[in-house]
Parts: sequence; C-alpha cells; structure tokens
Amino acid sequence: MIKAQNVVKIFSGQSGVVRAVDGVSTEVAKGEVVVIIGPSGSGKSTFLRCINGLEAFTEGHIIIDGVDLADKKTNINKVRAEVGMVFQQFNLFPHKTVLENLTLAQCRVRKRSKKVAEEKARMLLRKVGIHEKADEFPSRLSGGQQQRVAIARALAMDPKIMLFDEPTSALDPEMVGEVLDVMKQLAKEGMTMMVVTHEMGFAREVADRVIFMDEGKVVEVGTPEHFFTNPREERAKLFLKQVL
Amino acid sequence: MNATDKTWPWKLLLAVILIGVAAGTWGAVQRIDYQWRWNRVPQYFAYLAEEARKVPFDGKVTAIVPQGKDVLVTLVAGKSEKIVLTVSADSLKVKEGEELFAGDTVGFEKSWRLGPLMLGLWTTLWLSAVSSLFGLFLGLITGLARVSKNFTIRWLALLYVECIRGTPLLVQIFIAYFFLGTVFNLSRNVCGVGALALFAGAYVAEIVRAGIQSISKGQTEAARSLGMTAFQTMRDVVMPQAFKRILPPLSGQFISLIKDSSLVSVIAITDLSKSGREIITSTFATFEVWLLVAAMYLLVTSLLSQLVFYMERRLAVSD
Repeated sequence: MIKAQNVVKIFSGQSGVVRAVDGVSTEVAKGEVVVIIGPSGSGKSTFLRCINGLEAFTEGHIIIDGVDLADKKTNINKVRAEVGMVFQQFNLFPHKTVLENLTLAQCRVRKRSKKVAEEKARMLLRKVGIHEKADEFPSRLSGGQQQRVAIARALAMDPKIMLFDEPTSALDPEMVGEVLDVMKQLAKEGMTMMVVTHEMGFAREVADRVIFMDEGKVVEVGTPEHFFTNPREERAKLFLKQVL
Repeated sequence: MNATDKTWPWKLLLAVILIGVAAGTWGAVQRIDYQWRWNRVPQYFAYLAEEARKVPFDGKVTAIVPQGKDVLVTLVAGKSEKIVLTVSADSLKVKEGEELFAGDTVGFEKSWRLGPLMLGLWTTLWLSAVSSLFGLFLGLITGLARVSKNFTIRWLALLYVECIRGTPLLVQIFIAYFFLGTVFNLSRNVCGVGALALFAGAYVAEIVRAGIQSISKGQTEAARSLGMTAFQTMRDVVMPQAFKRILPPLSGQFISLIKDSSLVSVIAITDLSKSGREIITSTFATFEVWLLVAAMYLLVTSLLSQLVFYMERRLAVSD
C-alpha cells in the first residue's frame, strides 16, 4: 500500500542544513497499523508529512498504491484525496460548522452532491459520537470533540490510508481517551494507518508494527511485544526508559 | 453599584472640556469681527429654480386652467398654431384674452433643484465608490500576487505597492492627469478614478497580504491534505477567514479614500471640496462653508463606520 524507499528530506535554512529525514525505507501493507515513535526532532512527523506531499522530500521514492510521489507527472491532489491526515492542532475550518467541515472537500474534490455529502457526514459524526454538534462551530467544541471531528472529516473522503500526526498531543489528559477509542475502532475495522504518537499504551495495544526513529533514521523496527519488552538498540532502550 | 455610577464624573469632565473648546472658539471668532451668514447656506443644498416661460410667437391667451399650484396657459395664433405653457400660479403675468407678442413672459415655472453642495457630495460619493471597487479588485489581485510563489509576479506586485506608497497622492493625481491623461487622451474623471483606484489598490494589497499570512498554515495544510487544489483552498478556506480579519483595516482604507478623494479637486473635478471653494468665491461665507463641508464628510464616513461595525458583528458568529 505504502512503500518508502530511501526517503531524504533536507531543510536548508539560515542555521545551516538539516537532514530531517535521512534515508528512511519502510513498507505498510493494507490493513496494517504502524506506529512511529521517537524523541522530538527525530523526523517522524516530517516523514509522515512527506507521505501525503505536505513536505516535498529531497531524495528517494514514496509509492502509494502504485503511484510514485517523486514522479513529476503525479497529480498530488488525487493522491491526497486517498490519504487522510489528522493533525496535532486539529486544523478544523473555524468559519464553517462541523457539518460543513465534513462536506466541503467531499463536494469540491469528490464532486458529491450536497445531499449525499451531508448524509455521509452525519453518518460519520454519529460514528465518532458527536452528531448532535453537527450545526455548531468548531470553537464551541472541546479539544477532544474537535479532534474527533477532524478524524471524521478525513474519513469523509473515503481514504485508503489514514495518517495521524500526534493526534492527542494538544489535548487535555481527560480527552485523550475518547480520541484513542475512535482510532482503535478504526484499526479494528481494518483501516491502514500510520500513527506518530507519544501514547505508548496505544502503540502497544493497537500497532502491528512499531518504528522507532531518531535523528532522521529508522533505528529499530519490530512488533510491539518485542519493542517494548526487549529492544535491541541502546537509543531505543534509553528512550523507553524516559517515557515509560 | 454599577459602572455608570462611577463614570459620571468623567462624563461631566468630557462635557466641560467640549463646552470649553466651543466657548473658546466662539470667543476667538468674536474678536476678529466675522459676519456669520448661515442664512446664505441652505440655498446651496437645494433651491427653488425659476425658469421663465416665454411666448414663442404672437398670439392670444384663450384659456387659463388652474392645476394644483400651477396653471396651464393656452395660447393660440391664427388657426393652426396653439401652445400650452405651464407656469407657477403665483407668477402668472397674463390675463385671459390678452394679446401677446413673441418673447413676452407668461410666468415662471418653479422646481426644486439640488444645490452645488449636494451635487458635489454626489460626485464625491460616486468617485469614492467606483475607485473603491476598482481599488478592491486591484488590491485583491496584488495581495494574492504578493504571496505568489512566482518570483516575477511577486516582484511586480511589490514594485507597484512600493511606488504608490512611496509617493504623495497629490503628485500621483497630477501624473495621472497631466502625463497619462495627455498621452492616452483620458478624461479628467477617468484620471481621477484611476489615480484613486491605483492608490487604494496598493494599500488594500498590503492589507490583503497581511490577512492571508495571518491565517495559520495548518488551515492550508488541512485543506490541501483533503485533496483540495491551491485555488479551492484559497477561495473556500483562507480568504473567507482572512476577509473577516481584514474587514476593519479595509473599511478604514475606504473611509480614508472618501477623504482623499477631495484631492481630485486639483484637476477640476467638482467634488464636495471644490463645490465648497466655488461657493465661497460667490458668498465669502468661508467659515460656514468649510465647517459644513467638513460636517458632510464626517456624516458620510461615520455612516460607513456604523455599517462596517454592523457587518463585523454579523461575521463574528463563528468565534
């Protein structure tokens, strides 16, 4: 489903050149849930953002469903419609109601009629448990509710893959659970997911595979049982000691 | 108990200061022995125009029929020529059966006409409205060009903005009229509107650019991650939010434009300011006319501010 080959992302700014992602290769199969963890600044978020082209990578290939993002002829908008993304800061559209947040891209990108889009939106809002807030503006919702709307908004496009970029990091602790529950439900339904998170409990419970990144490189890959109980690499051991 | 109880001394102080300023001004004017002639002013808002109705040929008055405040005077010459003239009843100068000669005055037709102050105000209003419209359009395009990824487009926009913001409007109006107007054979109205629109456009562009850049990058990323194109993202996500933020500075800019439009009087467009100057040359009521002109500008600009204030509240529902 997703195939990353030797992906390199170089940021060049005034402070010099940073290899934020430094030769990452991995594959994600259909229905697989892959959790990427690592210390901040390890390039995990940047790598995730490369997968839907929000960051243009410098070298390598990312192939999604047979389409190579490095190919200049690729229509990135078509790829993005198939790849849902959930952000740390929710990024709901504040000038639109919850329902409109879910229908906008359906109408614009999928060319669905307003009626069909609204039906889909209400169905998804019911699924994430906030259908009674459909006509509210996002600013009236709690952080946890906003993030669930954001997940529903991404799902409304019927994506083949869902990317989560630290979806619970900006939430108050009591709201983390409700968002994770929605994500667990999605994983159970067989959604292909890549999740960057600091929620070790979620990684242990839901992940099929854990990727540990540090300084732009994949340091260790393994099943959750293996990774959390018996990591090979020193850096992974150190990281786990700090977070667990 | 509540806030109003505590603010009354300050309200009193405000009133005292305002009365003091007014009294001071009054006293100063008294000392220079100025003759106030407010009674001369109303006719410049609207006046009763009297137009003489004259007989076009020799003939006889055959009928005088009253109709409201007017009378219809029928005049017949020979067998073929007949004419009906309408004049105001109190200005009627002929009797039924009277013989008249060509050029005689039958009476006057009276009608209300807008005076130069109102005509000038109208000129100021349409001039500002048309230039605002073009300025908004120009500013929107230029503002978007300022955040373009293309180097050439970005720099063209920047040069335009810098040239306009770095030179006085008065000079721009002179250049538009005496240079561009002469070269391209443009009328003074086109030059006036053009200069004002170009001027407003540059400022609007900076407001639009700041507005767009104030919308967090996450909004663009969220829209793009859903597969929306750059254009859709701009139209459906960024601009509606930016518009709400730029409404106050934008309206300020257009209120400024109404005031700045007074400068086009230098190329002989008879706007409110120029009307004022023309009235002064015939009445010498300098103080009255300038104070009135200022009050009229103030009235228009405050009405506009109120309208914007109302719109802002309407737009604030999603906050």
